[in-house]
Amino acid sequence: MTATVDQVRETLIAVHRPLGIAILILALLRIAVRLVQGAPELPAGMPEPMKLAAKLSHLAFYGLMIAMPIIGWAMMSAADYPIVLFGAVHLPPIVSPSRELHAALWTAHAGLALCFFALILLHLAAALFHALVRRDGVFQQMAGGRAPAE
Amino acid sequence: MSPTPDPKKPASLLGPVVLIGAIVAGAGGAFAYTAGWLSPDRLTPDRFLTALAPPSGPAAGHRRNHAKGVCFTGEFVSNGAGARLSKAQALAAGRYPVVGRLNLATPNPMAMDASARVRGLSLQISTPDGQQWRMANITAPVFAASTPASFYELLKASGSKDPEALKAYAGAHPEFAGFGAWAGSAPWTESYAQDRYNGLNAFLFSDASGASRAVRWSFLPTVEPVASKPDELGKRGPNFLESELTDRVKAGPVRWKMVVTLAGPGDPTADPTKAWPEDREKVEVGEVVASAVQNEPDGPCRDLNFDPTVLPSGISTSDDPFPAARSAVYQASFDKRTAEAKAYPATNPEMSK
Repeated sequence: MTATVDQVRETLIAVHRPLGIAILILALLRIAVRLVQGAPELPAGMPEPMKLAAKLSHLAFYGLMIAMPIIGWAMMSAADYPIVLFGAVHLPPIVSPSRELHAALWTAHAGLALCFFALILLHLAAALFHALVRRDGVFQQMAGGRAPAE
Repeated sequence: MSPTPDPKKPASLLGPVVLIGAIVAGAGGAFAYTAGWLSPDRLTPDRFLTALAPPSGPAAGHRRNHAKGVCFTGEFVSNGAGARLSKAQALAAGRYPVVGRLNLATPNPMAMDASARVRGLSLQISTPDGQQWRMANITAPVFAASTPASFYELLKASGSKDPEALKAYAGAHPEFAGFGAWAGSAPWTESYAQDRYNGLNAFLFSDASGASRAVRWSFLPTVEPVASKPDELGKRGPNFLESELTDRVKAGPVRWKMVVTLAGPGDPTADPTKAWPEDREKVEVGEVVASAVQNEPDGPCRDLNFDPTVLPSGISTSDDPFPAARSAVYQASFDKRTAEAKAYPATNPEMSK
């Protein structure tokens, strides 16, 4: 699903596949790290609904970062396309070719992609809200630094 | 009681909130721009599909163009002569399975076979290294338009109610003349087996040393063409090409020779309306052999997208803008028709995937 017929599309599609697989691998690694090391505590002063929203958004992010590449991979498999990562390096198909399955996976991939981007915008807004309005150290944690001492 | 001033909190929320809004709107706007939501004039795959559709709308479940066709299976028998040009396994001597589709350039899957001026041969060649070479070739010797944008204009002109629109297009686009002359004068054959099919677009072959050169390819009939006329062919029934091919293949395999033409210095690679000079080096690299024919509703070509950018390593697209555009439009067509499968039922559900 691209909105151009220009030659740049070829490059975009060629980047899209290995990028998706890289995100899948990094997301799995991230979950493993998080299970072992845990995540930083949210500030004690943060309202409970806001904490819940933060936790649910993380869950949604992990779900999407894992589901989107797998749905895309399965969609390519259902369409009987070769799944080229780069050059001669291909991924094997993970489902049998099927027009009905392709249609369902395509709808899921396109619909979830819009949800994913909306969630990214929400995440960006929330991060900036922590940085500029609440100034509670959450943004510094997200950016990889240490939270300032209370 | 006045609240204790907190040095960590901003004095006013207005500035930060406006800033956050602006950043998020900027990111959302970039997405909207990329999606084409802000550019109604951009050439998108969907606009091409709309322009390809007949006034009554597209035939659900079918390809949006070249909608009528028949599947075949067979092999590509490579003679190895192309191996010095490209490291693609399909060009090393050997026999590789092929799924093909002979078709008519019409958006109407019920069109009379004698009504389509342009016929097509689409192929998928699979090699043991797991790679595929897909292509869609047509009987015209040059393409009708030099850029995707110009082809879109041509589609609009052809579909226009204004009888002068096509003349106006041809007047403004002298490069249309080559295709126009072929369409007006080339003989019609009485069999898919008698036609020559041309790749038209320039691709790059790269050899084992990494050197690359621009090529175009064609599939030449191995039986003598019998020239006919559309009104003569129209008397043979709506599906005479399919039945003729089925009978012919039952009697013995049908073959086309694949010939690769190498570009000379300065030959135009980005414009498929421009033929290369006849004296360019040509290499016969093998034969496509059709050994069984299947009806499309249950056939193996039905759900294949003959996307011309599906190429093995050793073959890549050139500066010709068409393969990328065709890929985008074919994929949009594939995405739509797979979602409409109910409108195009298999006739033998056991046989179809």
